[in-house]
Amino acid sequence: MNIVVALKQIPSMADELPLNAQGSNLDFDEVDFVLNEFDEHALEQAVLVKEKSGGAVTALGVDLIEALDDVLYTALAKGADKAIKIVGDFEPGADSHTQAAWLAAVIRDLSPDLVLTGVQAANDLDGQIGPMLAAHLDLPYVGVVTGLEVAQGVAKVHKEFAGGVVADIEVDLPCVAGIQAAAKPPRYAPISKIRQIAKTAQIAEAEAAAAGPDAGVTLRRMAKPVATGRADMLAGDAKQVAAKIIDILTERGLL
Amino acid sequence: MSNDILVIAEHLDGRIADISFEMVGKARELAAALGGQVIVLALGSGLQAQAGGFASHTTLYLDDPLLAHYNPQAYQQVIAALAAAHSPRLIMLGYTSIGMDVAAWLSVKTGRPCIAYVNDIAVEQDAIVTRSQLYGGKMSAESATRADSLIVTLMAGAFAADAGRGATPIQPIAAPVPLAGLRTRFTGLLKPEAGDVDITTQEKLVAVGRGVGGEDGVALATELAEALGAVVAASRPVTDAGWLPKTRQVGKSGLTVRPKLYLMLGISGAPEHLEGMKDAELIIAINSDENAPIFNVAHYGATQDLFEVAEALLEAL
Amino acid sequence: MDAGLDKVDRILEKETAIIDGMDISGSWNRMFEQRVIWDYTPELIEKITHLPGGESFGWCYQCASCTPVCPVDMVGSYGPRRLFRAVQTGVDLFTSADLWLCTTCANCLRVCKKEVDMVQIMPATREKAVLDGFVPEELQKAFEDTAKYGNPLGQPQRKRAAWAKQAGVDVPIMKELGRGVDILWYVGSYPSYHPRGIDASLAAARIFHALGVDYGILGNEEKDDGDSQRLAGETGLFEMLAEHNIGVFAQYEWNTMVVTGPHEYNAFKTQYPKMGFDRPLMHYTQFLAGQLPKLQDLLTHSLPLRVTFHDPCYLGRHHGEYDAPRALLQAIPGLELVEMGRCRENGYCCGGGGGGMWLDSFTANHTSMRLSEKRVMEAAASGADVLAVCCPFEVSRFEDAAKNTGNGHLRVLDILELLDMSMRGNGY
Ligand SMILES: Cc1cc2nc3c(=O)[nH]c(=O)nc-3n(C[C@H](O)[C@H](O)[C@H](O)COP(=O)(O)OP(=O)(O)OC[C@H]3O[C@@H](n4cnc5c(N)ncnc54)[C@H](O)[C@@H]3O)c2cc1C
Repeated sequence: MNIVVALKQIPSMADELPLNAQGSNLDFDEVDFVLNEFDEHALEQAVLVKEKSGGAVTALGVDLIEALDDVLYTALAKGADKAIKIVGDFEPGADSHTQAAWLAAVIRDLSPDLVLTGVQAANDLDGQIGPMLAAHLDLPYVGVVTGLEVAQGVAKVHKEFAGGVVADIEVDLPCVAGIQAAAKPPRYAPISKIRQIAKTAQIAEAEAAAAGPDAGVTLRRMAKPVATGRADMLAGDAKQVAAKIIDILTERGLL
Repeated sequence: MSNDILVIAEHLDGRIADISFEMVGKARELAAALGGQVIVLALGSGLQAQAGGFASHTTLYLDDPLLAHYNPQAYQQVIAALAAAHSPRLIMLGYTSIGMDVAAWLSVKTGRPCIAYVNDIAVEQDAIVTRSQLYGGKMSAESATRADSLIVTLMAGAFAADAGRGATPIQPIAAPVPLAGLRTRFTGLLKPEAGDVDITTQEKLVAVGRGVGGEDGVALATELAEALGAVVAASRPVTDAGWLPKTRQVGKSGLTVRPKLYLMLGISGAPEHLEGMKDAELIIAINSDENAPIFNVAHYGATQDLFEVAEALLEAL
Repeated sequence: MDAGLDKVDRILEKETAIIDGMDISGSWNRMFEQRVIWDYTPELIEKITHLPGGESFGWCYQCASCTPVCPVDMVGSYGPRRLFRAVQTGVDLFTSADLWLCTTCANCLRVCKKEVDMVQIMPATREKAVLDGFVPEELQKAFEDTAKYGNPLGQPQRKRAAWAKQAGVDVPIMKELGRGVDILWYVGSYPSYHPRGIDASLAAARIFHALGVDYGILGNEEKDDGDSQRLAGETGLFEMLAEHNIGVFAQYEWNTMVVTGPHEYNAFKTQYPKMGFDRPLMHYTQFLAGQLPKLQDLLTHSLPLRVTFHDPCYLGRHHGEYDAPRALLQAIPGLELVEMGRCRENGYCCGGGGGGMWLDSFTANHTSMRLSEKRVMEAAASGADVLAVCCPFEVSRFEDAAKNTGNGHLRVLDILELLDMSMRGNGY
């Protein structure tokens, strides 16, 4: 089993997100990047599949901000067998279409049986990378996956719908899956292990393919959402807030 | 290219989902501005009656036993074929488990641009202008595209469903591509396990988020819920962590609730959570972060430590 | 007791023995040959003693001196003696909950005749467990946050100096200062981000300003010291942080470093030197006690408070500093200092050390009461109005514990806050 996990770094939402002077996008110089949390689940799911069914995991990503090495070493420490970074002269805000095209070009040469990636990322304005990879690679795709097992050339996935309903879907390998949650929470990679790996492991490099058509979408303006239906804010300390809540509930006959 | 709008209806467990009507309602408005028609595409099995309930100009209905449940590849291929046949100006899908599979795939396959997380959309001269929620709702992005055909995924609940209800007779169609030999197969549906309380039928919910910090926080919220005659619900991080069973999860991948009271403790208001509770009659949010997006949705809010407020409420009740 | 333990291999007895004219023949000179414990396999103990740092675990001879001083033993069934016995009788410490309960407070080491050193044994054993993938979830989160954000609170690195804006006085940041300083103030994570920690930082900034201290902070170049993560088993994370911090410390000219927290003090005093950093270092209580003649004049407002002081393990027992904090408290006019029964060398642990800060629910599941709760009850019993602290872990722990134990009247204040109150005459 040849498993490939596509990883993407996105602006960290732990911090306030600063806008550029024109208000047309984030100020990428002022944000920290972290691995998309759904990609962490994709990686975990990949390692779980490998542990159960054998095979090798290749972790792959576009080195947008020249900080992918740590992500890849961590992936290796968690159980990936091989790491590849796509290098080139990038914009930190490269859209999903562009990244998907670069990723697909490298993944195609790896002849994978299974390609996993996060179901979405908080910044994919022009759509999710997973289905785009499937389209480039001519593979079937299923997303919003919360568990995946492989047997006899078929991936059996749990796909989530609204209302907590889950469908069992079978997909012929090779295929692409968008992971929402791995069957287990992502494991911890001790830093000493990561550092050990950083000293010895090789990260392969691949040149980004010539840029294809971009998303065709012009981002005109980005802003913190206007507080249209802004809540009525209850002032005072905790006790006063509690008293006001009780008033509201009483007024509406809810107590 | 036409100026028509192709709306992809969806259904789950034999029922056409509200998002389908919400899209049609908005599509009517846009079609008027574009001078085109609203074409609904529904793929199902035995859904003729429900599929006849759209306020569309045309409703194309493909009936096949294989389409009784969602099948990723069937949807992708049928939609791609109809997009080719109708050359719509705009293709609308839900930002749902189905739309998230299809939209970006279709975009790459057919060379149409795609915009996700859309919660507003309008026609502006020769451009289609959208507003999307990015970064978990922390940013709102306005985009424009002049392409002659565009794909969007719309957030559930962004538009009124009633505007999309009507009585357009269905127009049955034959499968434009063979449905045999697909590489994806539906094999079964699992409903959330019964046994625990059903939060969808409760009048009052106390919902806890990651802000409760752990099982102790949940225990406190449970005590508060009991005092209020309510039941505890949760955001996903709480059920993921196992602090509460999965059956208590509200939101996109959880349950949709419409209680009379939804009291939120330490939930930030991510769009996936809002999706499951925005229709609650009274939403009160306690969150220590004054910038938490939930305050854009709640009716009442307080920038407070949830533990302190919960304890004060318990004392006062 | 198992039968095997009572067995004695051989009894030695000399029929006649006269020593210094004293006849101790026969049973008077009876000796038991050292018994061989033959019904326990030594492997589980050796798994620990073979680790660098774990050696002294094997020296325990079950004398139980540690039993009355182990803070965890007082709220559960614990202590080095019990741990040794448990491992001897088949408990694999590497996968046992017992591995995570020790706070490395070092009170056992103080009384141990055999110098069984939990402060070395615990990080060595935990490191192995962490590498093998056994990490309590809460702790894993703190590790991940520290690795990602440079602090265990998961707050953005860029905001590390954001607190300084509220100080009302200028807080010089080295990068912006463009010159050397006398005092490099290492602020620390909790004093930078935790709202109650920030209160102490603001007080410190005002005090330094009033004293005219020539100082600077590192702002967002500073990262967590990593010592508690090290004690919790994440050696690699500690090394990564230490390398970063040492690099930053070396970029600027300064004479003495002052730290807010005892854990940072321990890191920079005992661990960073192994990595090449060895510079003059003071805990803030030591620095300010040294400034007392000048500081005394600033303490113009009387604080008529009964105050008891909690000795932080890593300032007191670990580094022998008991007097500086007390000297500062006693310099505050009107303040009456009362001691708790357990103080100074025998001070009770707050539970936050050695990773305990990030094992709150985990520990709570294995003990009858939080250590902080027990300590707060002792503080309340002393009749104090205020529990004074000088370790940034403690304010949040004790405030919470005071609420939990129904001692809400007991205020928990950092010594910095008390000094600031006396200086400015407000806030009490
Ligand atoms: C496909 C998909 C499906 C999803 N489905 C769901 C779903 O069904 N349901 C769901 O909920 N999420 C869902 N999510 C996850 C969603 O994106 C958010 O991550 C999640 O809702 C966040 O939960 P939260 O608000 O509890 O946590 P956070 O976003 O971490 O917010 C915690 C909040 O608590 C506040 N807080 C912290 N401490 C305190 C305190 N002491 N007092 C007061 N306030 C405090 C903080 O300020 C913060 O606003 C889904 C995501 C995806 C991609």
